[in-house]
This record gives sequence, C-alpha cells and structure tokens, in this order.
Amino acid sequence: MSEPSTVSRARKLEIDPVTRVEGHGKVTIRLDEAGKVQEARFHVVEFRGFERFIQGKLYWEVPVIVQRLCGICPVSHHLAAAKAMDAIAGVDAVTPTADKLRRLMHYGQLLQSNALHIFHLASPDLLFGFGAPAEKRNIVSVLETFPEIGKWAIFIRKYGQEVIKATGGKKIHPTSAVPGGVTQNLCVESRDALRRDIEQILSWCLLALDKLKQIVAEREAEHKDFAYFESNYLSLVGANGVMDLYDGTLRAIDSAGGVIFDGVEPCLYREQLIEEVRPWSFMKFPHIRSLGRDQGWYRVGPLAQLNCAASIDTPIAEAERRLFMNIGAGRPVHATLAYHYARLICLVHSAEKIQQLLFDDDLQGDDLILSGQRRGSGVSCIEAPRGTLIHHYEVDERDQVTRANLIVSTTSNNEALNRAVASVATTYLSGQEITEGLLNHIEVAIRAYDPCLSCATHALGQMPLIVTLEDAAGEVVDRKVKQ
Amino acid sequence: MNGQEFFFTVDGRQVRAEPGQTIIAACDAAGIYIPRLCHHPDLKPAGHCKLCSCYIDGRRASACTMPAAPGMVVISDNEELNNDRRVVLNMLFVEGNHICATCEKSGDCELQALAYRLDIPSPSLPYQWQRYEIDASHPDVFIDRNTCVLCSRCIRASRDLDGKSVFGFAGRGLGMRLNIDAKAELDETTFSAIDKAAKICPVGCIVIKRTGYRTPVGLRRFDVTPIGSDIENKSGAKPK
Repeated sequence: MSEPSTVSRARKLEIDPVTRVEGHGKVTIRLDEAGKVQEARFHVVEFRGFERFIQGKLYWEVPVIVQRLCGICPVSHHLAAAKAMDAIAGVDAVTPTADKLRRLMHYGQLLQSNALHIFHLASPDLLFGFGAPAEKRNIVSVLETFPEIGKWAIFIRKYGQEVIKATGGKKIHPTSAVPGGVTQNLCVESRDALRRDIEQILSWCLLALDKLKQIVAEREAEHKDFAYFESNYLSLVGANGVMDLYDGTLRAIDSAGGVIFDGVEPCLYREQLIEEVRPWSFMKFPHIRSLGRDQGWYRVGPLAQLNCAASIDTPIAEAERRLFMNIGAGRPVHATLAYHYARLICLVHSAEKIQQLLFDDDLQGDDLILSGQRRGSGVSCIEAPRGTLIHHYEVDERDQVTRANLIVSTTSNNEALNRAVASVATTYLSGQEITEGLLNHIEVAIRAYDPCLSCATHALGQMPLIVTLEDAAGEVVDRKVKQ
Repeated sequence: MNGQEFFFTVDGRQVRAEPGQTIIAACDAAGIYIPRLCHHPDLKPAGHCKLCSCYIDGRRASACTMPAAPGMVVISDNEELNNDRRVVLNMLFVEGNHICATCEKSGDCELQALAYRLDIPSPSLPYQWQRYEIDASHPDVFIDRNTCVLCSRCIRASRDLDGKSVFGFAGRGLGMRLNIDAKAELDETTFSAIDKAAKICPVGCIVIKRTGYRTPVGLRRFDVTPIGSDIENKSGAKPK
C-alpha cells in the first residue's frame, strides 16, 4: 500500500494495488482543501481481451479457452461457455447425466471459490478487525491464531477442487464440458471417495456460518452500516423462484423487493440489460435498460442470489436464508458486509447440493453427448461464485466465432464497487489523519464484493486510456489520451 | 527376415536388420526408440525434422532415411544429440504459436510429448509470434497453421496413400507454409475426413472438426505413457 500524499490543498490518495482480491486494481480518492472526499474511484488497471482474441477460434474450443480468464473460478466460465455452445450445437437440453455432472462440477466450484474468498481473503478482516496491523491481516495469521478456521479454509477448498477433478479431470481448468454434453461420467471410486467426506465438509461449513453469525452479532452496527446503500439486484432463479445457481431465468428486483423483470430467458438478456463504457476504467458499467444509467445499476453475487430467490431447495440453507432475510424485515438486505453472510449460506447450500448429487445414480450414466441442428448464436447464464455471468457468442458457417460478449459478475458490480469506495471514504477518511488501517476500510468494502478483476476486463472496445498529470496544487498540467 | 539379415550397433546394442531397411525401422523393430516427428511407418521417409539425427559411423545423418548396413555403429542417445534435439524442438515451438494449455490435441500431440520426454518444460527461445491462417472452410476438417511443424506427413499421405495431392509447401525458411493445392481453400479440394492425411498430423494442425476434447484428461495417448514407450516396450526395456 502506498504512502498517502502529503501535498497541501487538494490531495490525491492511492491504494495501489488493492490487495486480497483476484487481479489488479487501484483506488484513487481526491480530497478537497478542507479534507473532505471530493471523488472516489475504483479502477481496474489490467486488461485481458478474451472477447477479441477468441474471434476466429472454433466454437468447441471456446469452453477450454475462456476459462483461462481466471484460475480461481475457471469452471464457471467453462460451463457458461459450454452451455452457450450447446445452443450453437443445436442442443436445447443435455442428457440428465451431463446436466447433473455439470451441476456437480459447478457446485464444487462454488464451494472452493466461496471458501477461498471467505477464509483466505476476507477472514483476516472479519476476525482481527478492519484496523488490525497489516502484518496481521493474512491467512497465515488466521492459521496461527485460529487453527480450527484455518483447517476449514484448507479442507473445504480442497474438497471443492476434488469435486472438480472427479467431474472434469483436473482441479483447475477442466475440459470435460463440450458442446452438447460432457465427455466423462463420475466413476464409482471417485463418487465413493467424495461421499466419505461430504458430511464432514458440510459440518465445517455450518461451523463457519455460525462463527460469522457470532461476529455479526458482536459487531452489529458495523455490519449493518458499513458502506450501506440500497440498490437493485439481479440473479438467476429456477422454477417458482427457487434458488438455482446453475440454470434458470433472470430476475431483477428493486431496492424495496419489487420485481423489475422476471422469467427472462438468458438469450433475451439484451432486451433488459445494456452496457456502458466509461473512459477511466477497463470495466464496463451494465445497467437495467428500462431504468436507465442513473437508476438502473444493480448488484449481483451471493447477496443478490439470496435477495432474488423465493426459497432454497436444500433444508439447512433454506432455514438460514429465512433467518438472513429477517435482517431486511420484509425488504431486501442491502448491507455491503451482508455479502459475507450470504456467501456462507451459499457455501452451505453448495455442500448440500453436492451431497444430494453424490447419491444420484444418473451420474454414472453413459448417455453423455447430444447433437442437433447447428445455430448461429448462443447465450448462456450461470450464477458464478461472484454472481450472474452471461456468455454470448456468434458463430459463422465455418464454425468460427465471429463475436463474443461476456458480462461477468464483477462488471455488473462495477457501479456498486465505486459507491462502496465513495461511501467508506466519505465516512472514514474525510477530515481525519490518513492511516493504513483507515485505507484498509476501503479495501474491506471492495473485498465484500469478491471482485474478480482479471475476469472483468475483457473488452477494450472504443475506450481510450486517459493519463492525467496534476501538480501539487491539484491543477491538471498535462493530459494524454491513448486511443 | 529373409536370411540375408545382418547386425549393426546402436548405442552399444546389437540390432538385427535386413537389406534396404532404414536405421529407424530396424531400431523400432528392436525396441530402440529414436525421437522423430516427420517419420511415420506408413509413409516414405522424408528427413524433414532432423530429430532422428544420429552419429552413424562418426558422421551425422538422419536415421529415418539412412539404410542400415552391416557393422554400422550408430549413436543416438547421448547428451550432445539430445541437446541438439532440444534446440530443434525449441525452434519448432517458437516458430509456431503453440498454446498447449487450450489446444485440443494436448495429451495426444507428438511435439508436446517429445518436449516432455526430452525435459523441455517450456520453450527457452523467444516466440516469433508469426501470423498464421486458420482454414475452417471444410465442413469436417480444419487446418490451424499456428501449430504446423512442416513435417510433410499430410503431403506424403495425401499423395502416396490417398492419391490426391491436396497439400504442398509454399515459401522458404520462416516464410514456409503448408499450402493447399491450386490456391484453393480446403473445401474446394477433394479432401475428406476419412483420408489418411486427415488423421496423420502429429500436432494440432489438421484436425477433425467437432471432436475436440472428447477424450477425457488422463486417457489421452501420452497421458499414461511417454512417447516412444510403445516401441521400447517391445524389447522389454523400461521406457524413459
């Protein structure tokens, strides 16, 4: 973390890089002469470009290529691309074996990625406090001070990756989902090995949830008010609004819980969502078309998944969802730190779903791949660990991709991330001495969204890179625009 | 053997051969693996890739084109020759655009398997990043020239086995490319997915469409045993 600037009058503070998030981002905060926050922005400074360089690739290669966006949740991109390519291959519904194998892989992904976030990235803040010394805020300290929690961190994540390996061949970057289905079923040996440990994993997830609830109860005001703002929410839901993190239709609700749209098939996402480019970030700003740029921004991720769902089809997670929703007293839960609470409920739900699936004999079926009449485009939607993920591809008659559009979860949370930064900066920085602990508050707000910055920066479009040079008085002395 | 067989020495081992048999063919039969890319037992030798270069009676020559002779002394497996093979492989990697991580031939690719066998974890030379064309015009087969190693297997197979001569080389040096006969794209030729030439490519250059990744990780050709172990297993020798 860089030292805060000490120039007189207007001052610019930078947190560069933002730590314990996936990828590279920075925050700039401009203070006025009175020391009040004038402006705060969350910038993503890396660039990936996947949408562009998969053009020309053959469509069955895409599920394997695009998952290289990320090493933390590659399965989400692998499955989202495979689902979109099902449509290209003319397959509207894969076989029950393929569907359940993909779901099992997906819940393994949700388990390991949510565990990674809650334990490895966020737990130092939650356990030691936001103002704890920097040397304390890491997973090694968690392991030393709370060895039991360190054990959950390691083994829950490991189990999720074992599920991915059993269903996809590799713990990271599997290749088993192909257009029209999957290439392998779940062997009995792998199934039995996973069955042996799932009870233990589920119990550790529940213990972690209890611990989080205890922390929330002890620091209720902080968890309620920190970076609080209201917003719209977007998520996939299954039939009757039941939480479905793998498939379903899109539902958006407003800050009071009213439905903005519901039952929207993923292939029609462009009728409801529009993406905006701004010159100072490599991330796009999507919003709900009918509400416009200023009112239509929304949040995705575990908080949205719980706020949008009418129920959860696994018993423990459903009971916990009901308790969680009591916080909102009939309205959606809006607190930024509630993302962690919601994430743990999703973690429990994922463990329950894995347990259900491991006792489903369809997983050993041999009917793996279907084919159909080729189509020119395919859209899919999945609830990744960080929220709603949309993949859209167009393919020519030679089987080559001509266009791709990915709206990843962190992109959808872009506006919310900026608002969270501004909110915390205004509350904690204005008129105060700048300390690293205070700057960490900014990072805490960002981490709650679990941003995946490398995933989110895949489109340059017409966005110019602007570099502004300011003197000590805050005056702009030079400005370069690189197209 | 027809009674005219003779013996020669490879890395100190006696190898039996018959008149007209190449060194590499005799070694294959004897369970001695000499690295190769362009050589294929169904095709006439071409001597293109130079990976099978050996010391033959003290002079360098390609084992795939050199006939064995009585009393010949061949050295194939020593550090100098293997280092040179590593250089050749390195150059093949960096002159193409080989993205093994996402290539559908990964685990079934002879170039990748040779790199593993000769302990090349990643190329040590700078990539050239040349631009190559993908020809996806054919309904059943595509050509990705990014991975072509100019081994000429497809050229020889099309000409000698399929009787079609669909392929040829154009250009020289770094500008050399696999070309389609008569400047056409692949869909304008008589090429077919059932041709021998469609299945003989050692890398991911000529590939049957819509079959990618169908074999699960762990079950691909070189996932279980290293390249050459099928030959070495004939003699009961332990594969490298």
